[in-house]
Amino acid sequence: MYKYDAIDQQIVNERVAQYRDQTKRYLAGELSEDEFRPLRLQNGLYIQRQAPMLRVAVPYGMLSSKQLRKLGDIAKKYDKGYGHFSTRQNLQLNWPKLEDVPEILAELATVEMHAIQTSGNCIRNITTDQFAGVAPDEVIDPRAMAEVMRQWSTFHPEFALLPRKFKIAVSGTAQDRAIVQAHDIGMEFYKDDQNQTAIKVWVGGGLGRTPILGTVIREHLEWQHALTYCEAIIRVYNLHGRRDNAYKARIKILVKALGIEEFKKQVEAEWLHLKDNPNTITEAELARVAKHFEAMPYDNLPAHDASFDSTIATNPAFAAWVKRCVHSHKQSGYRAVTLSLKPHGHAPGDATSEQMQTVAELSDAYSFGELRVSHEQNLILADVKLSDLFPLWEKARVAGLATPNIGLLTDIICCPGGDFCSLANAKSIPIAEAIQIQFDNLDYLHDIGDLELNISGCMNACGHHHIGHIGILGVDKDGSEWYQVTIGGKQGNDASIGSVIGPSFSAEEMPGVVQRLIEVYIQERTAEERFIDTVRRIGVPPFKAHVYAATASKAQESTNV
Amino acid sequence: MSNLIKDNAIVSDEWARVTPPSLGEETVRKQAGKVVLFKLTGEETFTAEQIAATQIPSSGKVLVPFTVWLANKKNLSERMSQGEVGLLIATHEAIENLISEIEDINAFPIVAVYVERFADGRIFTIGNLLRTRYGFKNELRAVGDVLRDQLFFLKRSGFNSYLIRADRSAEEALSSLKDFSEPYQGAVDNTQPAWRRVSR
Ligand code: HEM
Ligand code: SF4
Repeated sequence: MYKYDAIDQQIVNERVAQYRDQTKRYLAGELSEDEFRPLRLQNGLYIQRQAPMLRVAVPYGMLSSKQLRKLGDIAKKYDKGYGHFSTRQNLQLNWPKLEDVPEILAELATVEMHAIQTSGNCIRNITTDQFAGVAPDEVIDPRAMAEVMRQWSTFHPEFALLPRKFKIAVSGTAQDRAIVQAHDIGMEFYKDDQNQTAIKVWVGGGLGRTPILGTVIREHLEWQHALTYCEAIIRVYNLHGRRDNAYKARIKILVKALGIEEFKKQVEAEWLHLKDNPNTITEAELARVAKHFEAMPYDNLPAHDASFDSTIATNPAFAAWVKRCVHSHKQSGYRAVTLSLKPHGHAPGDATSEQMQTVAELSDAYSFGELRVSHEQNLILADVKLSDLFPLWEKARVAGLATPNIGLLTDIICCPGGDFCSLANAKSIPIAEAIQIQFDNLDYLHDIGDLELNISGCMNACGHHHIGHIGILGVDKDGSEWYQVTIGGKQGNDASIGSVIGPSFSAEEMPGVVQRLIEVYIQERTAEERFIDTVRRIGVPPFKAHVYAATASKAQESTNV
Repeated sequence: MSNLIKDNAIVSDEWARVTPPSLGEETVRKQAGKVVLFKLTGEETFTAEQIAATQIPSSGKVLVPFTVWLANKKNLSERMSQGEVGLLIATHEAIENLISEIEDINAFPIVAVYVERFADGRIFTIGNLLRTRYGFKNELRAVGDVLRDQLFFLKRSGFNSYLIRADRSAEEALSSLKDFSEPYQGAVDNTQPAWRRVSR
């Protein structure tokens, strides 16, 4: 993975010094609450319900074991001994003290980490596929470009105060796993018919209050121009995006208002001026960065491993885990492994300091000392030998990291919600936990098969509920907490936004509602259909009918009592 | 004590800012730039009456709002040639429209960009365009809600003078111009990105 040179380290160190001074001025009363706010936000520090919340950047989800150990230490020393991995591949600490944050940032800087631009109206952490570099369907490893873009976007002077936050995702695979269509800019790398690296550029996607999937603004962009083309897009947005209403300030609203044709016309006109400026990427610079992402020193291994095959045959628990948590790999004899942060009945995406230490050890022992964070809020060891899977599983199991539920109903994406977040309409973690308990039967879960269930505590959609096969959204009705349910959302190349099935439900009803949705699916599915396929084929009405038939008869019962 | 930073020092301000009188009528609020599809963005523009009623001091260096300058172009031409007229533009005024009304932007010894709110980052793009596209070479000043935490970005976007908000110390703000010594990307002040500047 990328290693800092003197320039990278200096920027991070200078940032620590700058923020230390800002905090000092604030604590001394020289900066008002209002003036300190944008400054702390630019360092990822929110003030939430319980305490401040610090968001640490994990660029495109890559971590070394050393960094993870440091995060574990920090969580222990300055927080309550756990951290929360987010849908944007970052790590959040829920309880740090404001006075401690400069010290935390200084500790992070010692392992080449920071909290720069993890909040505020600027270009945020750039996200990508958690299997970048190892996925068999990968055409181009997007990480070098992601790093080039990270550096370019860090303190970009023209884009320091945009109308609203700005999120960029990059991907280089046949099957999109980075949700490029749900980002302000999505960059899809591919090989063009000249076998040159090119980019399909998406713009104007985003979830939140007004979920909109992105539109292609350019089918073919030569990779050298990635930065200048982004500059053109963001410049048009910076000048013309709305600044009067935060809910209408994202680029998606501008693109919709102008229409993609007019927006594109303006961007292309701007780009004529910017094209070929010194931010144009050279072969040499890309190569300098790309050498940090070269393939690991793999052993030459056969495609099969006899001990692995026999363990699979004899150990059904191990086989179940392999089926869900082990993924194919470019390199013969290797696999990628997802360590589930979704044990049933726990807050999705949380990891304790001890778990972080364990994962760091596992990655040192079995995966070249590196790991990734997925936007589904799990941790990935990307380069594990087939013969190491069994010992890895045994150790992961002891640490509670081997729930065989990846891609299944209980692998829930969930935002912090009302327990932590002051914007929440409703709690989300207890709903996730209740659903996990309801479906705490592995055979049943495996029978239901691939299903993505996403929960957000309010319309800001941090939990990506719009693109969940089942989406749950916390809503406020007369001061009490209710939940609206959507079905038919999907991430990927054929992404879609889910449809609301009807009036919302109380917290107690939610596990039952999900149960009912599943019943319709089991009843209606054909042999090869996943939940999402059945929804797409038969539509919302049969699901709606079954769910509300149940709540109607329950309402009937309670009025009879 | 002056609150003006120019280049790297605190200097006294020679420019008197001309402000149209408020006539007590309902203010007209203008649409965002050229994107007329949008509703209000809440920025005030001056009415024809206000512009007509504006008093421009008869001598000395004056910083004149664009619309006032446009209305008084003829009367001001003598003083223009003596270098006594500076241009003041607001972040919501579409820069390319203004430029089309100006024969030679370098006839102004100073252009000042007024930013009403700290969070309004349009000022950075406007500075960049003035320098890189419209070839403005003279003093480029940020005025309005200008605090030390914008300075580094303003400098990199082509500004070379900063009128710090009256309730703030320019002395303290000065140090923030040096917050980062080797920024990553090319910008107006240094067009070369780090990897073209130094061997990495
Ligand atoms: C607890 C503190 C948090 C606060 C106050 C917060 C606030 C917000 C707000 C206001 C938005 C909407 C922005 C907009 O639409 O313009 C948003 C979007 C988002 N948040 Fe959070 N968030 C928090 C935590 C999280 C966490 C923990 C995650 C990851 C699990 C997350 C992931 C996201 C994502 C992915 C979006 C983007 C949706 C989109 O594309 O618009 N946030 N957040
Ligand atoms: S979706 Fe709403 S409740 Fe959940 S973290 Fe985001 S802002 Fe908070």
